[in-house]
Formats: sequence, structure tokens, C-alpha cells
Amino acid sequence: MIGNTILLALREIKRNVLRSFLTILGIVIGVGAVITMVTIGGGATLQVRQQIASLGSNMLIVTAGKRMGPGQTSGASLFKEVDATAIDAEISDIAAVAPVTTQSLKAIFGNQNWTTAVVGTDNRYLRVTSRALKTGRSFNDGELRAGAAVCLLGETVKKKLFGSQEALGERIRLQKFSCEVIGMLEGKGQSSMGSDQDDLVVIPLRTFQRRVSGNQDVAMIQISVREGASTDKAKRDIERLMRDRRHLSPSDEDNFTVMDMKEITNMLTGTTKMLTALLSAVAAVSLLVGGIGIMNIMLVSVTERTREIGIRLAIGALEREVLTQFLVEAVVLSSFGGLIGIALALAGSLWLSAVLNVPFVFNGGIVLIAFLFSALVGVIFGYFPALKAARLDPIVALRHE
Amino acid sequence: MNAELKTGAQTQEESANVPPTALATPQPENLVAFRGVTKVYGRGDASMQALRGIDLDIAAGEFVAIMGPSGSGKSTAMNILGCLDTPTSGSYLFKGVEVGVLSRNQRALLRRHYQGFVFQGYNLLNRTSALENVELPLLYRGASSSDRRARAREALETVGLTGWETHSPGELSGGQQQRVAIARAIVTSPEVLLADEPTGNLDTARSREIMDLLTKLNRERGITVIMVTHEPDMAAFATRIIRFMDGLVASDQPNRRESS
Repeated sequence: MIGNTILLALREIKRNVLRSFLTILGIVIGVGAVITMVTIGGGATLQVRQQIASLGSNMLIVTAGKRMGPGQTSGASLFKEVDATAIDAEISDIAAVAPVTTQSLKAIFGNQNWTTAVVGTDNRYLRVTSRALKTGRSFNDGELRAGAAVCLLGETVKKKLFGSQEALGERIRLQKFSCEVIGMLEGKGQSSMGSDQDDLVVIPLRTFQRRVSGNQDVAMIQISVREGASTDKAKRDIERLMRDRRHLSPSDEDNFTVMDMKEITNMLTGTTKMLTALLSAVAAVSLLVGGIGIMNIMLVSVTERTREIGIRLAIGALEREVLTQFLVEAVVLSSFGGLIGIALALAGSLWLSAVLNVPFVFNGGIVLIAFLFSALVGVIFGYFPALKAARLDPIVALRHE
Repeated sequence: MNAELKTGAQTQEESANVPPTALATPQPENLVAFRGVTKVYGRGDASMQALRGIDLDIAAGEFVAIMGPSGSGKSTAMNILGCLDTPTSGSYLFKGVEVGVLSRNQRALLRRHYQGFVFQGYNLLNRTSALENVELPLLYRGASSSDRRARAREALETVGLTGWETHSPGELSGGQQQRVAIARAIVTSPEVLLADEPTGNLDTARSREIMDLLTKLNRERGITVIMVTHEPDMAAFATRIIRFMDGLVASDQPNRRESS
């Protein structure tokens, strides 16, 4: 009986192809929009995760001053290189520690110049930030100790200063001093915050302290926690150690901050997810509108087919059989809308993910949910018209013109 | 009766609801029995009494023509006979079952299993082939698709429409449409065929063909035919003519069937 009812519904839909299509348009758009939003949102979240992972997801960054809010820190004394050494020596489960200090400087080669971030650190920096050398070599111990005028170039800086020319072995000017390019860094692309991670020049820490800053300070210490170890524990240990080293009494607040990349990851993915949910909710409203469209057309259909319903009732159809017929018709209609919406959404998200440069993540769960929801919309909004049909008086219905 | 009602998958719970009083007084000798049936439409001052107390017995195998002017109550009586409506007072026994106390769905089951309907306006489903129209009642009986097809073809053959199975009502003449409607009414092998002005929209020649068909079904298959008509020529085919007047039976006479 239900097979027959579905066949009957399909036949009825086929009779009014254009009207049926217009009826389900709302559902098509609703389902399509929800799936597209969730798919693109999922891709964006994944991208944020990947970018942060490429930055080093188990990275801790120790900065001076208490973090007051976004971008705000209270003034406090900076670190020294020995602080990094102490962390390396006293904290367990640490893979690498790098003292880092940076400043924005103008780099010049020939008649080209480019303002970039100059990073004073040592070879451990490459390990902490999971960077590799494309060509050339990293600093040797002599260069690090002596503060030699040598540097490693990021891809962007190389492109801006040298174009397609070979940079290895050339000398570039960094403000007041010139240094030899001994290595090229592998490109890392854009960060999740949109900044170019390849726009940097790395020089030995001592070189930076002598020739750029003129003091012994280290602005921050970057730490990569060993794979599988708890970053939370490492973070607590570092906090304890730094309080100790900075001679803070128990009543004093921290005058430094240990940031966990995981927290930043969660914060950023959380934002992306919230945006996705919000947009999906807006899209879901169109599903509701689509449902009302279906109810409208089903009511028209019941009026148009009053005589047919009268015939069916006179022949001996039960109320629930007429109810089922119209309900199935509404559900078949809305499910069709769901299927078309899914097809459109998949095509749309493939296209959008290519345009927005976001990975395409197929989410089978949301496809299933959207389909079931479209069928549910048919049940909910088809019920009232179907009930109206089933409750018709056959005598009156048969007389209907 | 009760056992027969239980045929079909969904009928069980419905027949279980038939009140015992309805089943305790079977009068199988008469297919149809009206006892003081009245029907009042509306309430208070606006009420209209369509039937004023009808007593009527129709036995299985009869061919009854119900005649009378408009407003005489013949259509109302037909609706009650067809279990589409219930009496305001009095009792209507169909195969010994009190129809007045049955629910809407129980009455639908009576129609489904024992009655066939033919209307003045044919009432076929548009844009649906003749065969599918005839199959419709079998669909509600839960017959298999091959069984439906075979029985529908047989019914169309009986009404002389072999070769027209795939035509939709729009492609058929009025006479042919009424034949499809008759095929639909008899495909379930009903005990009674209720025809409401079956020739009302047809010319004389087509009307005679339809009446010949009804006569044949009555004679050869023993189907009880109850037909409302206002044309004496058509009533002449019946074995009994009942005239209604102002909601009462004015006359009830046997008729010598016109030879055909």
C-alpha cells in the first residue's frame, strides 16, 4: 500500500512538474544553503587547524608583562638568554627552546628595499617553529657566539629583493649593517591570522643584540613541547620557574605570560565554528519558508482535487488512507527538494572551496541531517492539508466543481 | 458479515468496533431495510426535512428504479443507502447491520466491500487511464498489482471497452466514460450497485446502452441495482419502481421489464 501511495504521489508530481519544482524551491535553497555553509565552515576550521599545526601546535610562547587583553601588556622587564637556557635545563618534556627577539627593519639589496621582520635567535628557532631550510645552511656555533653578520631569508623577502636571482652568498643591508645570506627558508604560506609567515630575515641573537637593539634583552621565549606530552603541565612548570627566576613573592601577580598555541587554536576554531553555526541557522530559516511553501501548494492541491478525494472516499477509502496519500505526496515533494538541494550544495561547495581557497571537507552527517529534515518539513507542513483532505464529507466533495 | 469485514489488512480494528447490537439483529433476507428513516438538514427554523419517515425493503437481486421530482428526497435516500450519510432518526439496516451507529471508517468499509457507485457525472479521475480508474477500488482492498490489472481488464471487457484501457477519460465519449465508471463499480464484485442518474448526461442511444449493461449485470451476475432516475424510459428497465414525493414513498410497484 505504501509503495502504491509513493507511486501515486510521484505520478501527481509528474503531472505538475513546473509547479512541483517551484513548490520545492524553498527546500532546495534551504538545504543547499545549510549544507554549503557547514561544508565551507568545516573547511575553514580545518584550514585554521592546519595552519596552526604548521606553526607548531604544541608551542608555548613566554612573553614579558601580564596580558591584559588583546594586544595589551603591562610593562615589565624583558628576558635574558639565560632564561631560555634555564627553561631548557629545568623543565621536562621540552623538545626545543628558542630565545626570540624581533624588530621591523628595512632590508636593502642593490636598488631594491623591503621592510621586513628581523628575528634574532638561534638554530633552535627553526625546530620550535617547524621550519626547514630550502638551500644553504643554518648558523654555526662560531657565528652564533661571535654575532656574525650572516642571515637566513624567508621566501617573500628573497622574492622582493632578488626576484628570480640567486640570493645565496650575496650580502644584504639591514639598516646599519650588511650581512651574508647563508640559507633560504622553506615557504610556510599565510598564517591563520592572514600574516605572511615567509616575510622574515633570521639573524643570530647576538648579532641582533649588538647591531640592532644594543642591549642583552630577549623579547620572548618560544618553546615546543615534546610530542605527546602535556602542554598544560609544561605551561604550569614554566610559570613556576619564571616566577622563581623573577623573584615574585606569592602575593605578586605574574609579570610575564605563557601562551599556549592550543588555546589560540581553540579560540580561532571556536570563532569559525560559531560563525558557521550562525550562518547555518540563517540558512535554516529558509527551510521553514520552504515548508510554508509546501503547505500552501498542498492546500491548493487539496482544493483542486476535492472531487478526486470525494471519489476515493465514496469508493471506500478510509480517512487515514487519504491522509497518508497527501502526506506521502508532501514528503516525497520535500524529499525531492532535499535531494536537489544536496546535489546543488555539493557542487556549490566544491566551487566555493576552490574560489575561497579552503579545503573541501565532505560532511556526510550534515547531508543526512539536511535530507531527513527536509522530509520532516514535508511531514509537518503536509499534515494539515492532508488532514483537511481526509476530513472532507464525500457527499459535498463529489458535488464540488 | 463480521468475518467478511475482516478481510483486508486494515479492517480488523475497524470491524472490532462494530457495536454488538448491530450484529445481533441480522435480517439477511433483505439486503436493504429502511425503518422510519428521517433526515433533517440544518437546525431550528432553518431546518429542512428531506425524508419524513421511509419504510423500504429491497431484496438481493432486485433492479429498483427510484423516481421523483427534485427535492423529493430521492438523492438523500440514495446517500443513506450508499452509507455516505446516516439517518437523523429511524434505522437503516444493510445486510442486517445497523448503519446509523457505525463510524465514518466503518461505513467506508461497507462501501469498499459490498457496494459499487455510478454517478451522473461519471466521476472518473482525470489524466488517469481507464484501466487505472477501474483498478482504484482494488487498490484500497490491498489487491496485488497483477490481480488488480487482471480484474480491471476483465471488468472493462464486461462493459465492452477492451482496447480502450490506456485512454484517459478526456479521450473517451460520455457513454464510454460511464462504462468505465460501471467497470470501476463492479470490479470488486459488489452485492449492490448504486447508480445516481447514470444516464443523466447521455443521449437516448447511449442511455439505452448503459441500461442494457445494468440489466445484464443484474440478470447475469445477480448484482442488486438501485438506480435514481427521472426518466420514465430508463426506469422501465427496472423490475420495481419506487416514487418519492415530499420525503415520503408515494408509490412502490413492481415493473414488467421491457424486453431488450
